Amino acid sequence: MVTTTTIDKASILGILETVTDPEIPVLTITDLGILRDVVINGENINVIITPTYNGCPAMDMIAMNIRMALLEHGYKNITVTSVLSPAWTTDWMTEEGKQKLKEYGIAPPVTRSDDPSDREIECPQCHSTNTRLISEFGSTACKALYQCNDCKEPFDHFKCH
Amino acid sequence: MNALIDYILHLADTTLILSQRNSEWCGHGPILEQDIAITNISLDLLGQSRNFYQYAAQLLNNSTEGNKTPSPGGEGVGAEVTEDSLAYLRKEREYKNLLLVEQPNGDWGQTILRQYLFSQYQYLLFEQLQHCSDEQLAAIAAKSIKETRYHVRWSSEWVLRLGDGTGESHARMLKAIDELWRYTGEMFMPASYENSLNIDPASLKKAWEEKINALFTEASLPVPEKVFMQSGGKTGTHTEHLGFILTELQYMQRAYPNCEW
Repeated sequence: MVTTTTIDKASILGILETVTDPEIPVLTITDLGILRDVVINGENINVIITPTYNGCPAMDMIAMNIRMALLEHGYKNITVTSVLSPAWTTDWMTEEGKQKLKEYGIAPPVTRSDDPSDREIECPQCHSTNTRLISEFGSTACKALYQCNDCKEPFDHFKCH
Repeated sequence: MNALIDYILHLADTTLILSQRNSEWCGHGPILEQDIAITNISLDLLGQSRNFYQYAAQLLNNSTEGNKTPSPGGEGVGAEVTEDSLAYLRKEREYKNLLLVEQPNGDWGQTILRQYLFSQYQYLLFEQLQHCSDEQLAAIAAKSIKETRYHVRWSSEWVLRLGDGTGESHARMLKAIDELWRYTGEMFMPASYENSLNIDPASLKKAWEEKINALFTEASLPVPEKVFMQSGGKTGTHTEHLGFILTELQYMQRAYPNCEW
């Protein structure tokens, strides 16, 4: 429970570290680069997030989970603000996040989003780079569908965006 | 202020109606991957439209005028306008979407041609809008153009594949061009609210035509000349199809007012 009137930003960030993406539960909102800032004004906590894709249905749930996590720790005056600018990019994904994605079986974004060079996507199962794109659109807005030519396993790739 | 709201509603309605049309393919795509692709595009467009509707609702609620008169989508004098009331409670004549996006899906060829003609235009539009002086519009455009880039690439690959494919696919693309071309002119004809805001869609026309010409040539498809262009969607005069779309889209809120999911 919060006993003092001063709210410490570091402890808020610590709690937000536990909020994950409902579609990819191994990633926290910090790993994804969705969490942009926390502004504390007296008793009021404003959590600023940015959506990944415009139509991503996980965003509403993430906003609710942020609220729930803070409520559970006794914080009350919570607002979650979504800002569009600057537009989210996979360049904001942490290295730790990329590693976790890979272990989860999703090939992480490999290059910077503004790098147009051909991207070699590594199979998260057998680590072969002999893979092919099946479709630029996958099971969620952020993923493309690939297949490994060596182990034949189809897999998701988190698109550079 | 009214011109800005009308313009935002035009952008919102256009993306919502195309999203609704594309979503009719859900479960009916020619193969699973393409079913997923067209519905992903549908979802992107729905997300874009939500951003526009939320912004329009915010402006309507802030303007004193909006609180005195029954506002578009509001349930009466002083009612709060929301993204949902704008989408679910406005009538056909209040919708400002392009005629192109309300046209029936037809076959797969017609659906992807509609997507290509629109996405290529939307890409050029967002390229401009992301630098406009209205911060929120610029932010939505800068965010959305990253998605539109996928839509252009996906739909142009299909135009090429079908145009330059078999005799049957080529013939179907010719039919699709015949069905849809007359609705492309409207994209570049400014409505009064665009004039008031000094937005000139005609300035996009040349770049759009160059892109279309290049792809159609590669796909062995003819670019129509001197076709009479239909217009009216931007100001609420629609083809007969929009009423049917809204009947389905708005059914739940009309039958069970204020129902929640």
